[in-house]
Amino acid sequence: MQLIFEISKPGSATRMLPDLEEGIIKIDLAKSALKEFVQSSGNSSGTLSTLDLPEVPENEIIRHYVALSRRNIGIDTAFYPLGSCTMKYNPKINEDTARLEGFAMLHPMQIFTDQHTPQDHVQGVLQLIYELEKDLCEITGMDAATLQPAAGAHGEMTGLMIAKKYFHDRKEFQRKKVLIPDSAHGTNPASAAICNFEIVTIKSNNQGLVDIENLRKNLNEQSAVFMITNPNTLGLFEKNIVEICNVVHEAGALVYCDGANMNAMVGITKPGEMGFDMMHLNLHKTFSTPHGGGGPGAGPCLVKEHLKNCLPMPRILKEETGEIGVEYDNYTRKEIMSKRYRYILVYTPYDSNLAAHSSSIGRVKAFFGNFGILVRAYTYIKAHGASGLRKNTEYAVLHANYLRVILQEHYDLPHKVVCKHEFVLSDKDIPNGVTTLDIAKRLLDYGQHAPTIYFPMIVHGSIMIEPTETESLDRLNEFAAAMIKIKEEAVSDPELVKKAPHTTVVGRLDAVAAARKPNVKWKRE
Amino acid sequence: MDYIPNTDEDRKEMLKKIGIPNHLSLFNDIQGRLFLKKPLNVQGFVSELELRNHVTELSKKNKIISTNFLGAGAYYHYIPSTVDHTLRRNEFYTAYTPYQPEVSQGMLQAIYEFQTVVANLTGMDVANASMYDGSTALAEAMLMCVAAKSEEKQAERQANSIASFTPEILVSSTVHPEYREVLRTYATAKGITLKEIDFISSENDPSNPELKNHSGTTNLELLKKAFTQDTVGVLIQTPNFFGCIEDIKQIAELTHQNNALLAVSVVEITSLGLLKSPGSLGADIVAGEGQGFGIPVSFGGPYLGILACKEAFIRRIPGRIVGLTTDNRGQRGFVLTLQAREQHIRREKATSNICTNQALCMLAALVHIITLGKSGIQQLGELNLNKANYAYQKLKELDNFSGVFNSPVYNEFVIKCRGNAGDVLAELLKNNIIGGLELGRFYPNKTELENSLIICVTEMMPKSEIDRLVKIMEEM
Repeated sequence: MQLIFEISKPGSATRMLPDLEEGIIKIDLAKSALKEFVQSSGNSSGTLSTLDLPEVPENEIIRHYVALSRRNIGIDTAFYPLGSCTMKYNPKINEDTARLEGFAMLHPMQIFTDQHTPQDHVQGVLQLIYELEKDLCEITGMDAATLQPAAGAHGEMTGLMIAKKYFHDRKEFQRKKVLIPDSAHGTNPASAAICNFEIVTIKSNNQGLVDIENLRKNLNEQSAVFMITNPNTLGLFEKNIVEICNVVHEAGALVYCDGANMNAMVGITKPGEMGFDMMHLNLHKTFSTPHGGGGPGAGPCLVKEHLKNCLPMPRILKEETGEIGVEYDNYTRKEIMSKRYRYILVYTPYDSNLAAHSSSIGRVKAFFGNFGILVRAYTYIKAHGASGLRKNTEYAVLHANYLRVILQEHYDLPHKVVCKHEFVLSDKDIPNGVTTLDIAKRLLDYGQHAPTIYFPMIVHGSIMIEPTETESLDRLNEFAAAMIKIKEEAVSDPELVKKAPHTTVVGRLDAVAAARKPNVKWKRE
Repeated sequence: MDYIPNTDEDRKEMLKKIGIPNHLSLFNDIQGRLFLKKPLNVQGFVSELELRNHVTELSKKNKIISTNFLGAGAYYHYIPSTVDHTLRRNEFYTAYTPYQPEVSQGMLQAIYEFQTVVANLTGMDVANASMYDGSTALAEAMLMCVAAKSEEKQAERQANSIASFTPEILVSSTVHPEYREVLRTYATAKGITLKEIDFISSENDPSNPELKNHSGTTNLELLKKAFTQDTVGVLIQTPNFFGCIEDIKQIAELTHQNNALLAVSVVEITSLGLLKSPGSLGADIVAGEGQGFGIPVSFGGPYLGILACKEAFIRRIPGRIVGLTTDNRGQRGFVLTLQAREQHIRREKATSNICTNQALCMLAALVHIITLGKSGIQQLGELNLNKANYAYQKLKELDNFSGVFNSPVYNEFVIKCRGNAGDVLAELLKNNIIGGLELGRFYPNKTELENSLIICVTEMMPKSEIDRLVKIMEEM
């Protein structure tokens, strides 16, 4: 398929912008102080930027990007059992609410617009953020939250910065180590590295769970945080989690929950009850804001009371206005007498010297996080309420176990126990030199997206399957049938599987060549 | 409500296959008090209609005023209709990161096109597939400077038997205040010394006549003095927080003389349609905010972090990069490449922890830029420049208002009020105008910025509304 640059024709672009209005005199750039800064000055003292952009008429642009979209698959076009990524259906109303004018057109600096009634312009968004924080705290059993982090890894980093600040303020400067199980997401050690922590890897036991004795041996006065994903990346619930948290706390360290797999726990149990001090959530996973082909997401960081003051600024508070009035309650559909509230922002002063004395870690992102994503997550939570959220969890786990029971008759399942929202197969029983990668590619021929492969690394040739709650029984059966068929093909016609995919718009791509001599931008020939 | 397609019959069939009577026994490993006894205290709706009404009501509690002169890191630009129609393609927005390239060629090719466009606009060799926003992109640029220069600087120190080395970053105080806050947070965690370089004030006539005509931009004399052996990078923003255009070329020369790297933050990305690219002027890294292309202001996010660098740093840049290659049928195709930099392969040795980024926002920016095309992008830049400078000129001429700085501006500028700036904004608000942002709160120690406003004028602002603003302010 052609690149947009290859269909460019100078002068063909569809006009989007008006001429300058009469009465505004156009600046003569060549004669102004701007001369040395602009491209068209003709001043050859520096290398001039030659703006080399294509010109394509609107209908051809639309055809181009529609054609590109058809070379992509998403959850709306195919079953997408990508383990650990929670590819569940994205309700369409979430896209509409995020685009409401009152949200999409609101400027973040409008928080300062009205001097006399601060934040008067932004009460709706502050209420939304406040209520979302409150719901997420209720769901996780944590005490306070920041919605500033833009993604799960950003939330992890925020949590680790909080831990660092906490120990710094307690003058426990020697706590420089973060302990991480070998089954953890790669982001965990990478986030710890950004905070200058040293990483200690904790080996899992033969059940795929945390080896408590090994953990105990590695804990000491230098330990800052133990990061653990629960349920872990094998889809197994850490049944000794209370003891694990106790062991870590006895050593004076904090316990961090990677909440990527929260969708297996919502309404059933709470990390806050297990002993975790802090955690993050991936709103684009558990709360179904779409993945967008790789973002934007949101990674709220939640903490217990003792870490609350370390959270990023600003924080949002709800205060009584002193008025009382009749309000219509949308949930109960009744008029009720209610106190009136308003929402205010609490800031760390901008003065850098003052900030140094504050208990807050500061700011991790400009403005208020990925707000449009927060609107989607809020809409999603309010669509479900407590009963809908719990039902999601129950079905996510039911579906995973249904597929597990069917597929374990055909593939090796290293951990033969009830799983939570996902399970991991190994490549042990795949014959004739057919690999996990081959199985994944062959699935594409059957119109399915592949599971996550080769992760977690503690299972050989892992195939990590997460069906989510939003797939019908028929879809689950179709997937199982395809997996079984591929296993048969691996026996009867291994070459067919090894050369897959056959039906996709491109075949297997040479990734090695791409990395050896990187071509990362198009050049005119 | 829920979105579960299975019936009770389906559930029973699945339970039968699993061999258990009740689905709750799947949670037997969650024991004792950990298993919740009562439902969550989370309210919800039973229908989509009620839900829609509720969220719409909430959105209406915010005040949208169409004549809005706010900029300061978030800009109102005209978004062509092509953008949202592309974003709503389900195959794009409901996809995951393109890990299976054979079924993700659409997003991969879009990223490759975006990398090309960004490299071209910024004058860089390599651009990644996005960071979270402008502030975190700048923080990552800071980390790149540290990673690229630390080893060498540390070796220098050891050779001279000076023991301790702490990487040092110089950042101009004309960089967006919230960006500087983010830098401070990252620097504290990573153990980086962050020093701020003051701007050229309009108040005390600088002794150096060369500085005289550049008030409102980074003070190069102070910058020159601030370099130490440990300086690994310099961070500036252009146009800066005051709207003034910085002299990248001189700063780049100064930075390179001191064996450090220059990262330039372009917060108002549309300026690149008009201004010389940072790369052509000597920048090593560009860390921009792409919101100005295709992304609504949306109360501060989601936006688009842009990160691009020169060829020399290709293996140090964080985030996803797409490369061109061929498939086993001889066709052109695209894959995620140079993944040895990334966290899922390298774990703690990765260049960054970034995983999920802002892919869909990237697509918005790409389609916006392509729709405007070369001439449209230049026209956009000129409209912004001319309209803003028209307003700037008119306001400076008023009795009770004056300009503060004398450096050239793109589409934002600083105006000082003789009276109280808050009262000016309040009076404008009565006339349904948001007149800009009071600047003083961000620079509490600068008396010249007391009662000053930062005002932004884009192509969206009709001349009639600019004239109305001027007229109301004239009468104050």
